[in-house]
Amino acid sequence: MKRLQVLLSVLVLSSLLFVACTPKAPAFECTDAIGCVDIAPGDPIHFAYIQSVSGATASLGVTNMNGAQLAIDDKGGQLLGHPIQFDGEDSLCSAEGGQAAGTKIASDPTVVAILGTTCSSEARSAMPLIADAGMVMSSSSNTNPDLTNPDHPDHHAGYFRTAHNDLFQGRIAAEFAFNELGLKKAATVHDGSPYADGLRKVFESVFTELGGAITSSEAVNVGDTDFKPVLTTIAAGGAEIIYFPIFEPEGNLLASQKCEVSGLENTALMGADGLFTSGFAGTAGSCSVGMYLSSPYVAGDAGLKFLEKYKAKFGEDPASGFGPHSYDAMNIFFAAIEKVAVVDEDGTVHIGRQALRDALYATKAFPGLTGTLSCDANGDCATGEALAVYQISQAMVDGSENLTTSTPIWQP
Amino acid sequence: MRQRFLNRINFTDIALGIIGAALVGLIVIGSFKTLAEGNYTTRQWLDFVVFGIAQGSIYALIALGYTLVYGILRMINFAHSEVFMAGSFTAYFAAVSMAKSGFLESNTIIAVLILFAIAMFTSTAIGVLVERVAYRPLRRAPRLVPLITAIGASFVLQYTFKGLYGDQFKAYPEIDTLKGSYTWGDINITKVQVVVILSAAFLMLLLYLYVQFTKTGKAMRAVAEDKDVAALMGIDVDAIIVRTFALGAALAGAAGILYAITFRQVNFFMGFIPGIKAFTAAVLGGIGNIPGAMLGGIFLGLFESIGPILFLDGLNVPAPYQLKDVIAFSMLVLVLLFRPSGILGERLSRTKA
Repeated sequence: MKRLQVLLSVLVLSSLLFVACTPKAPAFECTDAIGCVDIAPGDPIHFAYIQSVSGATASLGVTNMNGAQLAIDDKGGQLLGHPIQFDGEDSLCSAEGGQAAGTKIASDPTVVAILGTTCSSEARSAMPLIADAGMVMSSSSNTNPDLTNPDHPDHHAGYFRTAHNDLFQGRIAAEFAFNELGLKKAATVHDGSPYADGLRKVFESVFTELGGAITSSEAVNVGDTDFKPVLTTIAAGGAEIIYFPIFEPEGNLLASQKCEVSGLENTALMGADGLFTSGFAGTAGSCSVGMYLSSPYVAGDAGLKFLEKYKAKFGEDPASGFGPHSYDAMNIFFAAIEKVAVVDEDGTVHIGRQALRDALYATKAFPGLTGTLSCDANGDCATGEALAVYQISQAMVDGSENLTTSTPIWQP
Repeated sequence: MRQRFLNRINFTDIALGIIGAALVGLIVIGSFKTLAEGNYTTRQWLDFVVFGIAQGSIYALIALGYTLVYGILRMINFAHSEVFMAGSFTAYFAAVSMAKSGFLESNTIIAVLILFAIAMFTSTAIGVLVERVAYRPLRRAPRLVPLITAIGASFVLQYTFKGLYGDQFKAYPEIDTLKGSYTWGDINITKVQVVVILSAAFLMLLLYLYVQFTKTGKAMRAVAEDKDVAALMGIDVDAIIVRTFALGAALAGAAGILYAITFRQVNFFMGFIPGIKAFTAAVLGGIGNIPGAMLGGIFLGLFESIGPILFLDGLNVPAPYQLKDVIAFSMLVLVLLFRPSGILGERLSRTKA
């Protein structure tokens, strides 16, 4: 018995020695400042989304998700030999929803990168949690300037966006109204959301800078239905154009009630990309004919091909304009991961979280659908070159033409 | 006598008095300044009034449902806002097919009457169903219990309709025959507003006559007075309660159509805010009191439409319409401070509360 024990221990010891002496690649050691994600062979690389996929703003969130799905399909569903996993949370276009979704995703250590959020208000509450978890997030439809303003508390490391900053969109809207339409008096309406409030501030400052006058800046509540009193107030100020960068359904109601208010017969309407959906013209009705909307425009063959693929896969035209932006956001993720990932012989992938952030910030001259993208030190990857102004026609109200696939009337 | 009066007032009364005085002061100063500035023409003020009455008459129709049920059962039927939604959401499908076939344009009056019929029928069915499932089994339960089932019923209905018809906003067709407006002097009123105000007034008159002069109406008033004694007098209390629910629900269904032709958008969640506003209107007018609900609705509509500009514009508050709901609810507080049972609610406070 005793001899057996001795024999066994000798065997075990020698085998240990043998293992230790075998020549082997040095094991990966994570030196990253904020940690690494290790993906064992066969395990998926986990991407998450935080999008508003139900409720009134679902048209934006669903299109964003579908755009990302097309990017994954074009990649063959695989990255560095690992399958791509893509799932996430509904964030309902509210600060609370963003916080709930952010908490859930940030607690999952397998998540490498996040496509989100749909609305700027969600990013405000979700991003602190995601930054703390060391993850990166890229949004295809957040446009509020504060999110990439380094002096603002809403700016966090690891946040990127392929959506244009509203500093561009508000400026383009103001320039279009003043220079192209030759209008001198404007009124603005916002709904208290960071998106709308940010846009109308930029619009107001650029419009006044150009020499125009703001007759009144009004605010409404999300959930309001009767906009005739506020429109009457605007009429009293004598505005020539009403700029209301708000969301559905309030924007549709406002556009449809303009014709019922006396004094606004010759006043033009202008909205922003939040209202740029396939359903807008139908619900706003004939009163919205002639209304202007600023939104992304993806020109050229690549854009057409994207629309074709989209329709083939999802059976409908994109319900909003940010599908190509998500497509680009995902591809920028893929490129950065391929650059920084350390692949072991057995196929295990290690991704340093800080390294990934650095690689994303260093993205330069990336050829995307929405133009040539270069991410700056604050996370803005878009330059606003893919923006254009569209106009509602009677055919769109009747449903025979689709706003989201129409040709813009003006490009800066 | 004076000593007794001094003993009776306490800290709460003083605090409430100060709040009331401050509100009244702000309103008076604000209104005076706005009128002195004179930024708005008479015509625009009249426009505000017309918008307010049109919106208020929709509130009033919904408020009647709250008030009728409260009058009889002493409970708030929180599912009423979903009864309102159910009617117009269902009638949407009829409206769209009638618009496609051109019937809506060629026979607008008949088409709109059909829409009213569909909406009122659906709402009535849902209203009666909710009474049967959620409230009747709890007739003798403590008062808070049906309140909770009311909220539950409200959620069930909302998400049932979301499941049935989807969560997108659906657009009611535009009716060309209802476009345009009438002008008398400085008063400018759109055809849609005429339809809304006249139909609401007609329905409210009908309800008033029904409750005052029919046998069922008499029975309803008897049950509202005292259920047990009414039963002793040979009144089938359960049947009367069902009829009350049906009546309130039918009015909500009609309000749904008026809402739909005004705002042209329906959605499963559309009842929530009008429901809260109508409930406020019912309390404002004195809950349980039928003319009170009508008055409360019109008042609330007027406050919402005129209030922000009249009270706040002169005080240089930026973007006053954001505070529309604050004004509406402050007016409710103000009214309840001076008349705790609402504008017309004295009868209730004496006999039932």
